[in-house]
Amino acid sequence: MNPSNEVELSEAIASAKGPLSIRGGGTRPIGSPVTGDLLSVAGLSGIELYEPGALTIVVRAGTALAEVEKALAAENQRLAFEPMDHRGLLGTSGTPTIGGVVAANVSGPRRIQVGAARDHLLGVRFVDGRGSVIKNGGRVMKNVTGYDLVKLMAGSFGTLGVLSEVSLKVLPKTDAIASLMIYGLSDDGAVAAMSKALGSPFEVSGAAHVNESADGVAVTFIRVEGFEASVAYRLAQLTDLLAGRGEIVTLTDHDKVAAQWRDIRDAKSHHASGDDIWRLSVKPSDAPAIAARMPRGTRVTYDWAGGLIWAGTDSGTDLRAAIGPFNGHATLIRADEATRAALPVFHPEPAPLAAISHGLRAKFDPRGILNPGLMG
Amino acid sequence: MQMPVPDAAVLSKKARIVELLQSVLPKEAVIHEPEETRAYECDALTAYKCPPLAAVLPGSTEQVAAVLRICHEEGVPVVPRGSGTSLAGGALPTADCIILGVARLNAVLETDYDNRFIRVQTGRTNLSVTGAVEEHEFFYAPDPSSQLACAIAGNIGMNSGGAHCLKYGVTTNNLMGVTMVLMDGTIVEIGGAHLDAGGLDLLGVVCGSEGQLGVVTEATLRILRKPEGARPVLMGFDSNEVAGACVSDIIKAGVLPVAIEFMDRPCIEASEAFAHAGYPICEALLIVEVEGSPAEIDEQLGVILQIARSHNPVELRESKSAEESAKIWLGRKSAFGAMGQINDYMCLDGTIPVSSLPLVLRRIGEMSKQYGLDVANVFHAGDGNMHPLILFDANKPGDLELCEAFGADILKLCVEVGGCLTGEHGVGVEKRDLMLNQFTADDLEAQLWVKDVFDPAWLLNPAKVFPLSVTQTRRAA
Ligand SMILES: Cc1cc2nc3c(=O)[nH]c(=O)nc-3n(C[C@H](O)[C@H](O)[C@H](O)COP(=O)(O)OP(=O)(O)OC[C@H]3O[C@@H](n4cnc5c(N)ncnc54)[C@H](O)[C@@H]3O)c2cc1C
Repeated sequence: MNPSNEVELSEAIASAKGPLSIRGGGTRPIGSPVTGDLLSVAGLSGIELYEPGALTIVVRAGTALAEVEKALAAENQRLAFEPMDHRGLLGTSGTPTIGGVVAANVSGPRRIQVGAARDHLLGVRFVDGRGSVIKNGGRVMKNVTGYDLVKLMAGSFGTLGVLSEVSLKVLPKTDAIASLMIYGLSDDGAVAAMSKALGSPFEVSGAAHVNESADGVAVTFIRVEGFEASVAYRLAQLTDLLAGRGEIVTLTDHDKVAAQWRDIRDAKSHHASGDDIWRLSVKPSDAPAIAARMPRGTRVTYDWAGGLIWAGTDSGTDLRAAIGPFNGHATLIRADEATRAALPVFHPEPAPLAAISHGLRAKFDPRGILNPGLMG
Repeated sequence: MQMPVPDAAVLSKKARIVELLQSVLPKEAVIHEPEETRAYECDALTAYKCPPLAAVLPGSTEQVAAVLRICHEEGVPVVPRGSGTSLAGGALPTADCIILGVARLNAVLETDYDNRFIRVQTGRTNLSVTGAVEEHEFFYAPDPSSQLACAIAGNIGMNSGGAHCLKYGVTTNNLMGVTMVLMDGTIVEIGGAHLDAGGLDLLGVVCGSEGQLGVVTEATLRILRKPEGARPVLMGFDSNEVAGACVSDIIKAGVLPVAIEFMDRPCIEASEAFAHAGYPICEALLIVEVEGSPAEIDEQLGVILQIARSHNPVELRESKSAEESAKIWLGRKSAFGAMGQINDYMCLDGTIPVSSLPLVLRRIGEMSKQYGLDVANVFHAGDGNMHPLILFDANKPGDLELCEAFGADILKLCVEVGGCLTGEHGVGVEKRDLMLNQFTADDLEAQLWVKDVFDPAWLLNPAKVFPLSVTQTRRAA
């Protein structure tokens, strides 16, 4: 099914006879395997409204992310949450859509400073499992009118409804960016350094640690962005603040710094491995100890000052079982279908919350036809 | 304003309910004498009052759970309450309800500067959260003007905002986790010291659910390191249109101020008479604040001042010291108090797209003449969240009703131009009956499903947020 507008989307769902597998650009095949008729949202495309002076954009869900970013760049603005591109990691091709970004709540390194995709999502229109069109939120930056289904839809992977339109808060692009790199830190040392940087007033917009870079030396990355003089000032302040921990090198070449953070955003150091890839969200200072409980040979990198762990394990490993209970959650992002069918892809919830999630799906999609089982 | 008919069965077993509550709470934590329950008869929307059946002030999450189990079993509606500063009637009781106040739950449970969060019990006031981390140069960003009094509980209930949310976001963007008790007494933990949900974002829908999904007893909040400094500039313009255009140009220029506040002439005059901040008397006034090191502030203010000058301001005042900053903020901060001195007022809270600002202000001016009631406007201009204050005389028969009709017209206008009924105060009872102006029946139905799942018996704050006609069958079931 290839609806080209919301009315057709609603008809397609209302008349569906069985499960649907919902697809935007098909670049983020995350979740337990779903069998169902393909429903592509890519035909719902186009920018409805863009008001740079109000920092808002309204876009149909199937619009290519690149098209949105291009329109924003023309006004010197951007999606500040820096959505990751999953193609390299998941070995997919195709065109990422804005609906896919929202449905998977995809953010990047700047998450720690400005929030996630869900924090920039102002409004949604979607079609529920009966085929009814529902809107929530709107296109203004402050809105507490009724329940916030906008947040609920972000990261619901199409299991509550199929997005037809999203409105997003956008922010000005920054003039200058720079990286500060510290070489040779242990995981503990890196998390401590990143915490120190984020606890400073110098507005760090990225903090990552890659302990198996190409040349075999662990590198801790700190990013600052803003007006040129301000970036230079903060880079100097941070260099002082973090002195004495390891060799510090700074980089201010715009394109080189941008490329560095694109690689971090996209977890590039895990692209070529044959590993299963897990994504863990944890309390940053817990991260090194959690990583230490992983099976030998697990390849680990950190983003979000340690709060986000990318872990590459041997195929079929139940990483959750190996590390035992921890505060946070682990998602199996990349694995073959058999593994994703055998292990829960999304972190199992405690019984009362699982009952609520189940109850919500049963209300929004009473026939259980929207990506059934994808989130468990 | 209509409220549901109190449940006679519940009213008739008051003695039994009080006894059951006393069996799980200390004696003084159960308030049931009529002269005492009156203390809970309203929140800051004082036009509506109704003493509850009883009020309870539990001292722990377990006690909250015990109270809810009893109310669940006995079929008694529960209205959660923080500090009762809601302007929307969110904490307004019904005669057959128990007010569940979290005021005694005010401890700091954990502060973690390395991971930048604080965990508190939700009865703690907003300002005292910042107070608890200030000596380490940290702060909690959402700063409603009521922050001295309002509790984190109510901030979560209403997803409250503040003057600085253009940069830092509102409550939902700074809330990482909660401990919450469901109506049947089940205690759940949602989120925590890590980021984002592992499954559906339940935290996102709990925040702003106006006490209808569960009683939040503990919260994990993001704290931030204080900026090196902050400085405002004040600008006066001779029309609202020009001030509106200036706001839009500042935003487009790539500087992101932490606050852009707007006051119109009636508001400037009132707060000037009250607070003597030395404001220029003009049509529209903006306060724009930026943060950073002294040099960073200079650079950003340089850009902003240049834009302001291109709009021919009648006044441009850059703060050079902490004293001057305080003086610039003084008038804005006392605006509500100033209006209260001269009149009864109703404070609206609709949001509009920033681009519609001049149109909406002009229409409000026209309506003000039609209704014969004055309006003063003070609001967060960067995010379009308006606070028109309609002045009326509570002692004059019919004036409140006139004021409410005027208010409803303004809110409908907000929706008409692409905005919404409420940007930060919540729906409560105040805007309940306007919901169908913004939402279709299907839109509302989807929201009701969420309540059906969290609170199947519809006992938590059941008469709020949605038009009573829409929830009738669910409440009666
Ligand atoms: C002078 C003044 C200025 C204000 N300025 C602002 C402002 O700048 N920005 C802004 O956003 N608001 C503002 N407000 C409105 C008000 O202060 C906020 O809505 C505040 O968050 C309410 O907090 P509270 O603790 O008083 O909550 P209450 O009034 O007690 O309750 C508010 C809502 O939350 C629910 N609730 C309370 N406790 C719980 C709980 N434990 N679990 C679940 N639900 C609960 C209640 O049922 C109710 O629906 C202002 C109010 C006044 C009087």
